[in-house]
Amino acid sequence: MATLEVEGLTKSFGGVRAVQGVTFAVEPGEMLALIGPNGAGKSTCFNMLNGQLRPDAGRVRLMGRDITGIAPRQVWRLGVGRTFQITATFGSMTVLENVQMALLSHHRRLGQLWRPVARMDAAPARALLDRLGMADQAARPCGILAYGDLKRVELAIALANEPKLLLMDEPTAGMAPQERVSLMALTADIARESGIAVLFTEHDMDVVFSHADRILVLDRGRLIAEGEPAVVRADPKVREVYLGSGAVTGAH
Amino acid sequence: MGRRQILAGAGVAALAAPGLARAQGEAIRIGEINSYTAQPAFLQPYRNAWLLAQEQVNAAGGINGRRLETVFRDDAGRPEDAVRLAGELVNAEKVSLLAGGFLSNVGLALADFANQNKRLFVASEPLTDALVWSRGNKYTFRLRASTYMQSAMLVEEAAKLPAKRWATVAPNYEYGQSAVRWFKELLSRAKPDVEFVAEQFPALGRIDAGATVQALAAANPEAIFNVTFGADLTNFVRQGSTRGLFERRRVVSLLTGEPEYLDPLGDEAPEDWIVTGYPWEQIDTPSHTPFREAYRRRWNDYPRLGSVVGYDTVMAIAALLRKTPTLETEALVEAMSGLKFQSVLGPVEFRAIDHQSTMGAFVGRTVLKNGKGSMADWRYADGKDYLPSDDVVRTLRPQA
Amino acid sequence: MENLVLQALSGLASASSLFLVASGLTVIFGVSRVVNFAHGSLYMLGAYLAWTLVTTLPRGHLGFWGGVIGAALLVGLIGLLVEVLLLRRIYRAPELFQLLATFGVVLIVQDLALMTWGAQDLLGPRAPGLRGSVEIVGLRFPLYELFLIGVGPVVLALLWLLFHRTRWGTLVRAATQDREMVGALGVNQRMLFTSVFFLGSLLAGLGGALQLPRESVNLHMDLSIITEAFVVVVVGGLGSLSGAALAALLIGELHAFGILIVPKITLVLVFLVMALVLVVRPHGLLGKPEAAARGGQGSAEPVIGPAPPALRWLALAALAVAVVLPPFLGDYAVSVLTELAIFVLFAASLHLIMGPGGMASFGHAAYFGLGAYGAALAAQWLGAPMLAGLALAPLMAGIFGLVFGYFCVRLSGVYAAMLTLAFAQIAWSVAFQWVEVTGGDNGILGVWPDAWAAPKLVYYYLALALCLGATLFLRRVVHAPFGYALRAQRDSTLRAEAIGIDAFRIRWLGFALAAAAAGIAGGLFAYGKGSVFPTYMGIPRSVDALLMVLLGGVQTLSGPIIGALAFTGLQEQLVRLTDLWRLILGCIIVLLVLFFPQGLAGAARARWEARHGDA
Ligand SMILES: Nc1ncnc2c1ncn2[C@@H]1O[C@H](COP(=O)(O)OP(=O)(O)O)[C@@H](O)[C@H]1O
Ligand SMILES: [Mg+2]
Repeated sequence: MATLEVEGLTKSFGGVRAVQGVTFAVEPGEMLALIGPNGAGKSTCFNMLNGQLRPDAGRVRLMGRDITGIAPRQVWRLGVGRTFQITATFGSMTVLENVQMALLSHHRRLGQLWRPVARMDAAPARALLDRLGMADQAARPCGILAYGDLKRVELAIALANEPKLLLMDEPTAGMAPQERVSLMALTADIARESGIAVLFTEHDMDVVFSHADRILVLDRGRLIAEGEPAVVRADPKVREVYLGSGAVTGAH
Repeated sequence: MGRRQILAGAGVAALAAPGLARAQGEAIRIGEINSYTAQPAFLQPYRNAWLLAQEQVNAAGGINGRRLETVFRDDAGRPEDAVRLAGELVNAEKVSLLAGGFLSNVGLALADFANQNKRLFVASEPLTDALVWSRGNKYTFRLRASTYMQSAMLVEEAAKLPAKRWATVAPNYEYGQSAVRWFKELLSRAKPDVEFVAEQFPALGRIDAGATVQALAAANPEAIFNVTFGADLTNFVRQGSTRGLFERRRVVSLLTGEPEYLDPLGDEAPEDWIVTGYPWEQIDTPSHTPFREAYRRRWNDYPRLGSVVGYDTVMAIAALLRKTPTLETEALVEAMSGLKFQSVLGPVEFRAIDHQSTMGAFVGRTVLKNGKGSMADWRYADGKDYLPSDDVVRTLRPQA
Repeated sequence: MENLVLQALSGLASASSLFLVASGLTVIFGVSRVVNFAHGSLYMLGAYLAWTLVTTLPRGHLGFWGGVIGAALLVGLIGLLVEVLLLRRIYRAPELFQLLATFGVVLIVQDLALMTWGAQDLLGPRAPGLRGSVEIVGLRFPLYELFLIGVGPVVLALLWLLFHRTRWGTLVRAATQDREMVGALGVNQRMLFTSVFFLGSLLAGLGGALQLPRESVNLHMDLSIITEAFVVVVVGGLGSLSGAALAALLIGELHAFGILIVPKITLVLVFLVMALVLVVRPHGLLGKPEAAARGGQGSAEPVIGPAPPALRWLALAALAVAVVLPPFLGDYAVSVLTELAIFVLFAASLHLIMGPGGMASFGHAAYFGLGAYGAALAAQWLGAPMLAGLALAPLMAGIFGLVFGYFCVRLSGVYAAMLTLAFAQIAWSVAFQWVEVTGGDNGILGVWPDAWAAPKLVYYYLALALCLGATLFLRRVVHAPFGYALRAQRDSTLRAEAIGIDAFRIRWLGFALAAAAAGIAGGLFAYGKGSVFPTYMGIPRSVDALLMVLLGGVQTLSGPIIGALAFTGLQEQLVRLTDLWRLILGCIIVLLVLFFPQGLAGAARARWEARHGDA
């Protein structure tokens, strides 16, 4: 069974048809890239998948279960981790505490009034950070972290509830090229290892073509192409959308 | 404890008249608490007269050779602060008795403190009936004529008017509410055919005068009973006169004849209202004239009613202290019951039955004289004639 | 019928006056986000200055109108000075901190006005040419009121032109909608802020000056207008001029007609209206949702950690003093210490929602008061022993915290704060008006401790144990998962929701917990004083709590403790020392604000970190 199935997803903002009838599915362990020019509707798609936005029409199914229109925190409880295009972390907490929060929430221990957080779920949080190469940053406040590091923290947070699906909106924006490739390689490793389905958007075509198992191309709210990287790269419609940028043919 | 003493000393020195040497361990200390910063218009003349009285007592040799000394405290209008300061005065300043209070709730809080801590409290100003009746206690005495007494004085006049349809306007708090309640009850008793056709209760200090006046006019009463005072009164009068509310209507008004409230109105002071008040410039009695002149000399100003209250509170306390050789509270309380003294307004007695003094008020008509409000056709209504019978008082003060 | 027409006109006149003041406030808030408590003081100064000018200038049109305009301009200049000398230096301080500074100004102005103009109310002359009245539907209506009815719309129109037809106005509107944008445009933001303060203060001054022919000028004008003006601004929608106009109209008319039906409603009407409007429309009638001030990035709020050893030792030493010393002090000192302990808890409880919770409350005294009334009512009507009363206090406060909080925590920023104020005022007016049960403003007396706790020292230890226990518990909560969840939703609601945190629920429970803690403080206060009054939940007490938290520093856990000790201690000493305590307290607050823009504890922390090279 596919981890995520999306069917006819549609959303308009006033006159702007941000997303129109988008349909696709992601399999366990699969890295699926959603690409398209700025304003194509990628973030809007993500926001509908994790419940931030209620779609005007269409269905979202997670492991066969309809999750259309339920709140983000419930979607998360069902096993969907998310990173944001503009990072969202808890600035007044350290990197470690940020991850602990996700773990504590996962274990439903946030109502506790007595035991200090410092002694709760610290070990697994450290392990996660270790996995993402952030162990040495654990004690630093998120408020003063470099942008690239924040992206990693977000990934660590997103992995905390042992998700079945990861939604990553431009996970490498603001990183150095070298860093991007290594982060996505790591993500891909984790995904395959734990059978997590990953849906990500990305502007760096190097990253897309080297790590995506499959690619979806979105333009002005519509899916215009879908398939293996090689197929998508050859698609004339995609070339047209990216015309002149040379991005699609980018060195590889 | 050194610092505390220095501070307290500064408090006394700053507030008492300069140059008053403190006789070591000799002085009798009075603790006085009032809402000085919250109600300065009333309380500055009050404190001035207090100091004058104290100076006079001390100049005349004090009390059996001991000087009077007062420690003043500002409760900023908060009863809870008054209670704390009362504790300070009693415990740290070692005062022999407490006095003061302007706001009713501050007075009640202090009275309860006095009761709990077994200290004498001479309430000077708070008008609430509860202070001596429903919540009266052994240790609390009140100087000024209460809401009930002043209402009763006005009812006497109101009953003589032909008016049957009455409207009332009063600030929305205990004083305003009980004044209206007593007025209605007593007037209905005196004239069973009166009818109350409208009542307005604007928030204290925040009257929406235009709308209030209009609402009263709409009910078309023949006469109006007013309890507003201060800024509310000014605004009410201005809107009322421009809108013709007071034309062909009699107004009976509590406290409006007091210079505190009449003078700010200047040449717009309403005419021919029936009021309680204090026509200070016209009272030439042997007890009042010297007071007025002394006050003028000392402060280069004329006395307000607050001055009378402040002065007489000290005089009452002085009389009390002369009567008792000791400063022991129980003895003071004992002596205070039934204490008679010569007030500025005439002889006054602190009734043993309810600890209310018989100080009266002046009842008369307002007039404009030389572009200023004043009172005419006034008489001194002695408080003792405006209190309920002893039987009634006993039911009103069941606990005592 | 005719009467209703006139009633409506009276309502319009009040609405017009109200709008003048509120428009200045909303313009200032819109651009600078400063909650300007001193706006009422500027209004009062406008009235006083107008009185001085009008009575000294030659009589006639020139003297009167010249005096009014002159007063407005002078007040504009005073506002400008306050901005340049004071507020400009603290725009970067934590949210709402400027409120503390403006409150200092309020205190200073109160005493300066008393010293300058004396205690007696002043009655200014009426406006020349507008003294009389006109006949409308056969009834008399004052000309001046008619004039006022015209002034509101004219000022609104002028402001509209100013904001829509000038470059400066465009910038003001842009700044109101998006503050960062103005910075990005490279506009001289300083000039913009200063000029906006000038305009806003001028409007306040004009509003005050125009009252001269209507009302006597007195020392209570500042506080009597300020809450109402804030209500209008919030009901209209923060920063929205037309909203303020609409809200002023609504409140003016509701007042005029409300008193026909419920004469006693004036105490609470505006707050009922505000509560209703905010529950239905969380951003006021015409307000727009604020662009999230804190981006997804999270705020610059500092990390909290275990207290550094030096602080622990200090705290232990203070505790030792608090335990060992009192038996050697007099009763009075002990009762002051009791109050200090109570206010520490009160401030700490407010800090829980303001600091970690990220919500301001202008009505926290409600829960203090509800606790006090819970205890007092139990004592009065049920004859409950003290311990039962003290147990009931947090229960009562907590339950109402749940009820009121349910509505308040849905809102954000100043809207939420003003809704807490509305509920506090509603609670206050119930205590004030339900005389049969609560004794009205005369309060409930005789709420004294049981015999065993009657000695001041015993009661002090009881209060110390409970307050310290509750304060430490709150501190513990902040370090526990629940406190982290509170901070999580404050830092980033987006992220919090994305990891399964129900931000609403967390805020709601946090609010109720803070309310219950304030209730404990209130209950202890009731037995400590022996009486309970509506003033316990009045606005001044809410403001006190706010000042304590801000003075100590919102961003540190020891902030409210230091703030409560400093503020209460200062006030207690000053009140006994001098009649000018407001002036001195105001100056001290202003100086503290200038030198410690992060609060006292915040400053101490910054120094500590600077010395120890902390992150
Ligand atoms: N909250 C919103 N309100 C109005 N329009 C929006 C909103 N969010 C996105 N849009 C519009 O929807 C379109 C798609 O935006 P988005 O999903 O952010 O694109 P992408 O992430 O592909 O760059 C854009 O035209 C954008 O302006
Ligand atoms: Mg996007």
